[in-house]
Amino acid sequence: MTAPAVEAPPLDPRAIRADFPIFERDFNGRRLAYLDSASTSLKPRPVIEAVTDYNVRYSANVHRGIYAIGEEATAAYEEARVRIGRFLNAPDAHEVVMVRNATEAINLVAYSWGRRNIGRADTIVLTELEHHANLVPWQLLGQEKDADLEFVPFDDQGRLRLDSYEVLLRTNPKLVAFTHVSNGLGTINPAREMVRMAHEAGALVLLDGAQAAPHGPVDVRELDCDFYVFSGHKTLGPTGSGALWARREILDAMPPFMAGGEMIREVHLRRSEFNDVPWKFEAGTPDIAAAIGLGAAVEYLAAVGMDRVRDHEHALTTYALDSLRGEVPEITIHGPETAAERAGIVTFNLPGIHPHDVATLLDREAVAIRAGHHCTMPLHERLDLAATARASFNVYSDREDVDRLCSGLRRVQQVFDRPMHGSQPALAEQERREGELIAQTRN
Amino acid sequence: MDDLYRDEILEHYRRPHNFGTLPEPDAVFEGANPLCGDRITMMLGLSAAGVVEQVAFTGRGCAISQASASLLTDQVRGKTVAQLGEIGQEQVLDELGIEISPARLKCALLSLETLQGALERVPSAVQSPEALA
Repeated sequence: MTAPAVEAPPLDPRAIRADFPIFERDFNGRRLAYLDSASTSLKPRPVIEAVTDYNVRYSANVHRGIYAIGEEATAAYEEARVRIGRFLNAPDAHEVVMVRNATEAINLVAYSWGRRNIGRADTIVLTELEHHANLVPWQLLGQEKDADLEFVPFDDQGRLRLDSYEVLLRTNPKLVAFTHVSNGLGTINPAREMVRMAHEAGALVLLDGAQAAPHGPVDVRELDCDFYVFSGHKTLGPTGSGALWARREILDAMPPFMAGGEMIREVHLRRSEFNDVPWKFEAGTPDIAAAIGLGAAVEYLAAVGMDRVRDHEHALTTYALDSLRGEVPEITIHGPETAAERAGIVTFNLPGIHPHDVATLLDREAVAIRAGHHCTMPLHERLDLAATARASFNVYSDREDVDRLCSGLRRVQQVFDRPMHGSQPALAEQERREGELIAQTRN
Repeated sequence: MDDLYRDEILEHYRRPHNFGTLPEPDAVFEGANPLCGDRITMMLGLSAAGVVEQVAFTGRGCAISQASASLLTDQVRGKTVAQLGEIGQEQVLDELGIEISPARLKCALLSLETLQGALERVPSAVQSPEALA
């Protein structure tokens, strides 16, 4: 990618929000403060219109119809693939396989590439940060093939321990699969460096870009990875859209994942010849509307500029860390200390108040956060936490969202720490009780 | 003040009744809500006649799940296994006396699921003492 000659002005979230009709909805006199973009993103008008346009004007199947709307549908679907390829700076758009989400992309690689290439006593290296989507498919493959899984641990700031990684690579793993950005802690992993180390050890690398691709420039050539996956619905696109990118020669050598129509060239009763990539991996009628919507979403993001998206979210994360620590001093924020190694994700706990209760009370003020384990149970086990609260940002997020989170959290504390006739405020009480209990059980 | 977190609920959260363990329980069950990580362990101590004499629970979770367990365990003593088996969701929600959204229903009902799990683990000899006679 070429650097712009003139530095673009910072992104204006207020102007961006005008493109998202959901902000016109009234929530008891307030606009929505949506802080759960790591779960799924909101959708801008061009995406909604692209989906509607397909459904209204040319809702035909792709790669089949010898008539005008069939050809239009095929052209729009393939144009979406080209745009997604450009979004990832892929050398060839035919290396982009359309899937429903990152989870499906990882399963495709595990079932197709994994079943053919992973054997008994082979090693797959993962990390303790992984989303269940980049863990459970490898567990199933490992059980089927009797292969070993190894995990790179993280330090007390949620950063992967590269010294441990180096040691694990000495087992000569066949595959290293890790998240580009942690959905649990927001850690931006040193992907380029980790890919280089993996390749030196002879492993292929799968990067889970679900939390990275929506939030900054991704360049698969520069990353030098072998597989890259992301979800369209976290990238301003519709649910049911996502993509797998892989090197052409790897895709060519992979057997089909799902079988049926579209993925074949010739079918006889007892044998078939398969289509070229990427269609070999796209059996059946795809979610055409969603794919076209994702094409509109990445085009929208490209017009905004992914460098500006990254800079905006970085500035907002810095502001959020400062505001939360300043205004809610009791808060525990998990993950990297500063925004330097952290994407727009802030995971936290308030002492003595369960994240579910935090989320319920914030919801009364139209502030939407996530509470739970965020599909990262092993990470929470490592931190010895049953649940955390998480605020996450996207292009439309701004300081007002963060301010509403801070004031909302102070009100949550007021509700929970209010003096009452019988009992002590705060859950120093609950922690004390748990302490006693542990002592009791151990005796 | 917020209805959901009215004083009585918060009191039960801060100082739950029957919180602790029994040294020699007749039945133990750990219930968990896999989506949010809430956990409740319930222990029952029964008389030879199949009446619950002691009850205790431990757990980690939100105000709703913990207050619900505190309130539910208050109703358990002096009842037979059969009587406790009749406690339904409505009764637990009535006892809480708050409007529970669908997303939080699992929190409110975890205590009941845990009690039901514990009841299933009551040894059959204790459960139907007439069978011994």
